[in-house]
Amino acid sequence: MNSAAATGTTPMLEVKDLAVNYGAINAVRGVSFAVAPGEIVCLLGANGAGKTTILRTISGLLRTTKGEVWFKGEKISTMPAHTIVQKRLCQVPEGRGIFLNLSVEENLDLGAWVVGKAKDYQEDLNKAFELFPRLKDRRKQNAGTLSGGEQQMLAIARALMSHPEFLLLDEPSMGLAPRVIETIFQVVQDINKRGVTILLVEQNAMQALQVAHRGLVLETGTLKLQGRARELLESDEIRKAYLGEI
Amino acid sequence: MIDFFQHVINGLSLGSIYALIALGYTMVYGVLRLINFAHSEVYMMGAFIGYYTSRMFQLDQNPSFMNLLLVMIVAMAGCAVIGFVIERFAYRPLRGASGINALITAVGVSLFLQFSGQLGFGADPKFYPQIYQPAGEWSVGGLQVNPLQMIVAVIAVVLMLLLQYIIFGTRLGRAMRAVSFSRDTARLMGIPTDLVISATFMIGSALAGAAGVLVGLIYPKIDPLMGVMPGLKAFVAAVVGGIGNVVGAVIGALLLGLSEEFVVAFGRSTFRDALAFGLLILILLFRPQGLMGQNLREKV
Ligand SMILES: Nc1ncnc2c1ncn2[C@@H]1O[C@H](COP(=O)(O)OP(=O)(O)OP(=O)(O)O)[C@@H](O)[C@H]1O
Ligand SMILES: [Mg+2]
Repeated sequence: MNSAAATGTTPMLEVKDLAVNYGAINAVRGVSFAVAPGEIVCLLGANGAGKTTILRTISGLLRTTKGEVWFKGEKISTMPAHTIVQKRLCQVPEGRGIFLNLSVEENLDLGAWVVGKAKDYQEDLNKAFELFPRLKDRRKQNAGTLSGGEQQMLAIARALMSHPEFLLLDEPSMGLAPRVIETIFQVVQDINKRGVTILLVEQNAMQALQVAHRGLVLETGTLKLQGRARELLESDEIRKAYLGEI
Repeated sequence: MIDFFQHVINGLSLGSIYALIALGYTMVYGVLRLINFAHSEVYMMGAFIGYYTSRMFQLDQNPSFMNLLLVMIVAMAGCAVIGFVIERFAYRPLRGASGINALITAVGVSLFLQFSGQLGFGADPKFYPQIYQPAGEWSVGGLQVNPLQMIVAVIAVVLMLLLQYIIFGTRLGRAMRAVSFSRDTARLMGIPTDLVISATFMIGSALAGAAGVLVGLIYPKIDPLMGVMPGLKAFVAAVVGGIGNVVGAVIGALLLGLSEEFVVAFGRSTFRDALAFGLLILILLFRPQGLMGQNLREKV
């Protein structure tokens, strides 16, 4: 799939000249990008580059200092976070954000908060268990007893319970074993094939660019590069700086 | 033996009043990490709402259990509104500010209510109308007990079971537990966390209101400063149980009620108030997270 500009479709998500401060710290300064429906776009950058800050601002957990965020033709940057979720824009936060004091099933149930306990709740639950069979055996278990990989699966499954049209994923591969990471990236692609647009934050640049259509590279709060994933994978600059090649 | 049994009942009924108050402290702490020092004054307001309701409808003319229920419902509703207002206008504007600001505000609201109470109700103690007088002595398993003490404990248990159901059996309860774990993550689920926080204040305050009415049944003298001591003790009970933990608050409160009763019955009544604070010091020294407290960590 191509970028919004290339296909001429209206972007689903638009970040316009975004700046975010923490007190005196300018974490994000003037970042603009757009994501078209159906895309997987990955947002790369070193530690502290501002990736999480951008995702939290899109979700309404942080307020913009400057600039705007638009989603499906609506300005969302002044909306409260829970309203943004109702627009079907959901986030799997950094560190997974599992409610460790609740059971696996209760976590999934809260994921379905915005759709209510509709009649297809059970169906959604079954779909989640189909995607991650391991969660099914552990449904009554306290989420705090899950392994790191299982928690990440639960976090993704929980986000899907809200019927997202757009999913923000903040470092889903963090701290996981290579085999689990593979599963996660596979799931990301599957979710996208079902029609969910994805903005994926990753440290794992190589793997992220392999599943993504486009990539954005962030450096200390500003966008340094953006382009097709394949082109970024081949660019010397990227290989040196972000893919660990010398 | 009969004496002993009666003391147990007395201790449990006192403890269950502490428990109803302690639950409000622990629930609010759970969702906001704030010690709501104004909570003891909500309990006082509950007692006064009950007092004025009883007087207005002259419910002591023909005492009945229905009267008690009616007064409790009015006091609980009134306190829920008070709790809502306190949160909305005193604490919410400070959301995001450092904890010390909210703490100072809590003390301020507490003093404001104490002295407004003295201004509005008068500083002199008032005698609670007898809205319910169960006849004679009741016998439980062949043992005679004071029915009022028994009734207080039973009503408190019913309320606590109701709360247990709300917290563990409903979506609101699930949302409350989610907010207490992480407010930001709860917001990412689409949960309107401000509403959940309001609901938590209202439920906790309603329980304190019920406690205010129940205390009027067994210690029928109320005044605008009546919340101070029980409030502190309920707070101690919540800390002893593990602040933020609902079951812990109840256990801590029952423990405190029972030990106070036995200190008074078999020891020296002058030690009664010292007991709570002694217990607090012990728990802070040896188990600072409280009896039921635990630390949850995210797995990396
Ligand atoms: N709550 C905060 N208060 C102050 N500064 C913050 C806060 N959160 C983040 N920052 C700063 O903002 C900058 C961007 O942080 P951010 O978490 O967005 O980076 P990131 O790209 O997600 O990094 P990582 O890859 O380590 O997750 C960093 O310099 C960080 O120190
Ligand atoms: Mg981050």
